[in-house]
Amino acid sequence: MADGVSQPAPSEDAGPALLHMQGIVKHFPGARALDGVDLTIRAGEVHCLVGQNGAGKSTLIKVLSGAHHPDAGTITWRGEPLTVATPVAALRAGIATMYQELDVVDGLSVAENVFLGHELASGGFTQRRTAAARTRELLLRLGHGDISPHREVGRLSAAGKQIVSMARALSHDARLIIMDEPSAVLDSGEVANLFRVVRELTASGVAVLYISHRLEEIRQIGDRITVLKDGRTVAESLPVAATPTADLIRLMTGRTLGQTFPVRRALPADAAEVLAVEGLGLRGVFEGVSFTVRAGEVVGLAGLVGSGRSEILETIFGARRASEGHVHVAGTPLRAGAVEAAVRAGVGLAPEERKSQGLLLDEPVYRNITLSTFSRFASGAFLDEDAERAAAGDQIRALDLRPADPDRAARTLSGGNQQKAMLARWLVHGCRVLLLDEPTRGVDVGARAEIYGLVRRLAEKGTAVVVVSSEIEEVLGLADRVLVISEGRVVHSGPADQIDEHGVLDLVMEGSPA
Amino acid sequence: MTEQDVRAAAPATDETPSRWRRLARGGGGRNVGLIIALALLCVVGVATSGEQFANVNNLMTILRLAAVIGVLSVGMTFVITGGGIDLSVGSVLGLASIWATTLATQTMAEDTHWIVMVFTALAVGTVAGLINGIAIAYGKVVPFIATLAMMVAARGLAEMIANRQTQTVDVASFKDFFRSDILGIDVLVWIFAVVAALGWVLLNRTTFGRRTIAVGGNPEAARLAGIKVNRHTMYLYMLAGLTAGIAAVMMLARTTAGSSTHGQYYELDAIAAVVVGGTLLIGGRGTIVGTVFGVLIFSTLTNVFTQNNLSISAQSVAKGAIIVAAVLLQQRFAARHRST
Repeated sequence: MADGVSQPAPSEDAGPALLHMQGIVKHFPGARALDGVDLTIRAGEVHCLVGQNGAGKSTLIKVLSGAHHPDAGTITWRGEPLTVATPVAALRAGIATMYQELDVVDGLSVAENVFLGHELASGGFTQRRTAAARTRELLLRLGHGDISPHREVGRLSAAGKQIVSMARALSHDARLIIMDEPSAVLDSGEVANLFRVVRELTASGVAVLYISHRLEEIRQIGDRITVLKDGRTVAESLPVAATPTADLIRLMTGRTLGQTFPVRRALPADAAEVLAVEGLGLRGVFEGVSFTVRAGEVVGLAGLVGSGRSEILETIFGARRASEGHVHVAGTPLRAGAVEAAVRAGVGLAPEERKSQGLLLDEPVYRNITLSTFSRFASGAFLDEDAERAAAGDQIRALDLRPADPDRAARTLSGGNQQKAMLARWLVHGCRVLLLDEPTRGVDVGARAEIYGLVRRLAEKGTAVVVVSSEIEEVLGLADRVLVISEGRVVHSGPADQIDEHGVLDLVMEGSPA
Repeated sequence: MTEQDVRAAAPATDETPSRWRRLARGGGGRNVGLIIALALLCVVGVATSGEQFANVNNLMTILRLAAVIGVLSVGMTFVITGGGIDLSVGSVLGLASIWATTLATQTMAEDTHWIVMVFTALAVGTVAGLINGIAIAYGKVVPFIATLAMMVAARGLAEMIANRQTQTVDVASFKDFFRSDILGIDVLVWIFAVVAALGWVLLNRTTFGRRTIAVGGNPEAARLAGIKVNRHTMYLYMLAGLTAGIAAVMMLARTTAGSSTHGQYYELDAIAAVVVGGTLLIGGRGTIVGTVFGVLIFSTLTNVFTQNNLSISAQSVAKGAIIVAAVLLQQRFAARHRST
């Protein structure tokens, strides 16, 4: 199915695999998470795991660390089959995880953190001196004899906390340390130090599974790379030195299977300008963003994670307060940082994180659909739930939302149907401008086509649409015009059919310090 | 594709349970447990005290006992459903009772109408709520802390104004009105009934109620849907303050005096009643009917214990047990609800 994507795995080098995962599958109700992941890690290597948001990296880590149980697949650890039943079991086997949000207790000392959960004790009394001595040894091994075991962790920098986290992993005698975006909280000097520590770890035979969005880091520190996309391994154990960065991005963003996009219609010459963004900026994130969208036009924003593309949408919508620039809807300026003003002017946003930013998960679908409009159905202050249910029902039928039950809790819907509910909310509202952030994230392949078709139909009815997506293919296929965002700046603007994936990638790469 | 076929097949079988779930959501389902608990308490009351428990006068006593906490609990239901908590309502009740019975207020009431006292109490409560609301919604102070501060400060202010003395209500017309009965039922009980009924309508039938549920259920989603989350949060605390003012008036009528000690620990009784009634402490789901049952359960419990000459201490132990049992059941329910 995924032809043209799965790279032939490079011939296995000699050396026994420390960890071998095969065909790992994990389903959640309403969401696909892992759908056949293969991963092989050798002792003493830095193995990088890359993929877009939602590709399944976090779930895979959770399976390895014992937080989730896979529905199918096998894990072989040092030649023996392994079932990771609990986080403790993972640690006992020698697999330690350093989470992105550093899991240290600020109020405790360094030594107390290192031995958290497996305190050195005799007869119920903690052996503080032994713990301190052993912590000092571990810190020395990590090249950080400067950190006192008695220091309160809350007073350490993010980099210091990371060292504590690593010392904890070593205190469990870990053979494999999983590092989830360890550089996200560090500045460049601290990253260099992190790399030094990682090299020392691997020199002593410990394997590191390194997860990062920053491809240039992977180039510096990684030995081999596995690429995930849509919950599957699309390329396994590529040697870092022989893999161009452009190939990696292509693997991460490329099409899953022959996705067809609806046919574009030419814009009428007299289509009115609906959305005008002038010199919009958010300090430290993006600046000088200007573009216009006409009625019936779909404009796509392409760029890598962290380029500022989602923040641009949120700032237009008023969910973030712009530090410079203006947004006009049909000629009227929007008040900065006021979502309700944007909504009143006919702007709708389908956010990236549907569950945490978009939906009331325990409320019925119809109330989610009418969340922006219930007061319009009300007579005075009194709700008209029958009218709401009817309006929601119309959208449920029009969008083929399944199951077609307006009273079902939003939580029980699949990702695609939750997205349809979000779109239905703005359809009921009657939006002039629709902002879509990752509209097909967590949406299965069948439902994607429906959502593409829906976006097109909306545009044909005169809605101005702005789409942000990690998948360049999606932006190019869906949009009439494409803006390429790199490092918080618009580096290119032009018709979508005059640029291809390579062109976008080249522009994206130019901007990033690769 | 196969996944979709399965989902497409599902609605046919889901038709009936969804209707049941709707009924349960409406309150019928979950309130069964509360009705059973209340009935059990009544059975215990009749078994231990017989006629002494089961007569109209005693029923009135229970309802009178429930009325003041009941009004507070209705306001508390809104705050908790909206994702907050208000620890200050008891103290604000005390402050409002003092402010409404100062010499100045009572003189003015004598000269004009007793409604002046009522208006004063309601205004004091609402302003205290407004201050809570501003601190929480715009100052981003954690609700627990903001209202804890108000709890301490309001009590202190009441003591300062009253000089630590009780202030008797001298306005005869005030006492005449609030200590009378309509159709054989105390005015105080009527007030509780009216507040509860208005609260039910407000929470379940108005845009205000819908916003409350949205703000408590997922404030970010509510904000991105265009709801003014901060302003609504402020309104919720004002509403709680208003109910504290109403409760202060009722307290004045019951005790015929304003006191800075009025309403002590009432906030805890109100929170307990709300939680036992089935409103989620994390917000997003609230039930006025449940709250009323929660209040009735606690006041019936007190009555049964008093009838049997059991100590206040024993009552407290029983109350504690009921709260834990109710929350355990609630969590069970929530877990089962999520998994379906």
